[in-house]
Amino acid sequence: MLKVRGLTKKYGDTAVVRGLDLDVQRGECFGLLGPNGAGKTTTLRLLLGLIEPDAGSIELAGIAVPQHAREARMKVGVVPQMDNLDPDFSVRENLLAYGRYFGMSKAAVAARVPELLDFAGLASKADAQIAQLSGGMKRRLTLARALVHDPDILFLDEPTTGLDPQARHLIWQGLRRLIGAGKTIVLTTHFMEEAERLTDRLAILDHGRLVAEGAPRGLIETHIEPAVVEVFGEGLADWTGHHASSLCQRFETVGETLFCYTRTPDTVIGALKHAPTLRYLHRPSNLEDVFLKLTGRDLRD
Amino acid sequence: MSHFFRLPRLSWRFVPVWQRNYLVWKKLAIPSILGNLADPMLYMLGLGYGLGSLLPAVGGMPYLTFLAAGTVAYSTMNAATFEVLYSSFSRMHVQRTWDAILNAPLTLDDVMLGELTWAASKSLLSGLAILAVIWGLGLYGNFWMTLWIVPVVALVGFCFGGMGLVMNAVSPSYDFFLYYFTLVITPMVLLCGVFFPVSQLPSVMQSVSAWLPLTHAIDLARPLVAGTIPHDIAVHIGALLIYGSLGYIVALGLTRRRLLN
Repeated sequence: MLKVRGLTKKYGDTAVVRGLDLDVQRGECFGLLGPNGAGKTTTLRLLLGLIEPDAGSIELAGIAVPQHAREARMKVGVVPQMDNLDPDFSVRENLLAYGRYFGMSKAAVAARVPELLDFAGLASKADAQIAQLSGGMKRRLTLARALVHDPDILFLDEPTTGLDPQARHLIWQGLRRLIGAGKTIVLTTHFMEEAERLTDRLAILDHGRLVAEGAPRGLIETHIEPAVVEVFGEGLADWTGHHASSLCQRFETVGETLFCYTRTPDTVIGALKHAPTLRYLHRPSNLEDVFLKLTGRDLRD
Repeated sequence: MSHFFRLPRLSWRFVPVWQRNYLVWKKLAIPSILGNLADPMLYMLGLGYGLGSLLPAVGGMPYLTFLAAGTVAYSTMNAATFEVLYSSFSRMHVQRTWDAILNAPLTLDDVMLGELTWAASKSLLSGLAILAVIWGLGLYGNFWMTLWIVPVVALVGFCFGGMGLVMNAVSPSYDFFLYYFTLVITPMVLLCGVFFPVSQLPSVMQSVSAWLPLTHAIDLARPLVAGTIPHDIAVHIGALLIYGSLGYIVALGLTRRRLLN
């Protein structure tokens, strides 16, 4: 469904995307993860043919981009990072107007509107103005809008950023229904939980390069020890100096916390029993640990 | 850099953009028409009767007629300019409506052509309203001749729509547009013969005036109101077409650089 080879984009001397290769199969949900500035949004804009690459090739739904971007975009639905619903139109009119941009007749869009409103849980808000919608409703409408022309593939750029947990879960449910219906989805996110829940496969992007690719569980198993013990409290430095290197397979101190990555958490916890001033949190390692290991802990602004 | 400034590729995909703006306008059509048209009409009638009663024939016609012909062009220019400055800027920069449309199979070429044709359509209405007053007050020399004013007005809307889009492309905020009004639009109103004949100006200013698009618009509109055939028709039409097209092409290049970078 999507085939990318050697994709490169430079701004001046800075390469934002460097030799990216991606393959997404039909019906797959593919995640693109990366810290801010890793090149996720630039990659999506390249895939849509909105900006031109300096090198590399893109084939989207079998169509070469950017050469035939217009035809390719006919087959893609896009949920952008920033809401850009049309504030001059009601909920229903937003869908009608968007369908027209795809060359659909008014009757054809109107026939799809009830189903789309239902999907978005906005059937009772059909005539509401955009300003009256909550953040979650706007996102759902944006998602419904992206489906107006029944695309084969969906691009979602951080679809749940800025939403509360309830709203986020609703979006996830919607996306699961689409995955169930066989849509191909490419989503960018920096919520590891979102990636772990939704994607079949994901790629971690940093400084415009792929640093890892695979199924979420597979990435955790390949890149990191199965358990983490986070230790904090008084006397941490001492304890770290004496025990960390012998008890942990790998460890790092971040601020006031020791992250101890281990295959044998029970041994670590056993040892911590003798240090009553220290507190700890034991948990299975997750995608976020992989992410932080691969992309580092430095802030990206 | 240079690839932003390749020539536009026009397609019929611009129509839904025009239609979008039309549908939004339709919701507020009555106040919008009143707001857009009342102002130039009041000036025209107030100055036309007030000043006109003090003046002998101006440019070979009663002052009210002289002013009405100027106002057709002036009002069209203003309507087109306001539309592509404030309204297009809202859609492009504030509401991000253009971004949403660009994810559909439209190019920026289509979006901006839609904006340009819409600005020309909306300003056509402004020009026609003044024309209706001209008809109503019988200010014309020959009724059939005044019908030519309709395509002239559409062309004037196209011209100033295209020029204004350049400002839209480079503007960081609404405040920036004030420069365009102070440095371009207002001087043009004073130099191009809206209120008084260009021949009253010092000769240096007359030669500047000859290059300005509003002069060409008025040189077409005024004889048509008076009932005579304009001189140098091809030059005036050519000038308006060139200003408008060049504006559109430059604006497209600048906006590509702004949005598709």
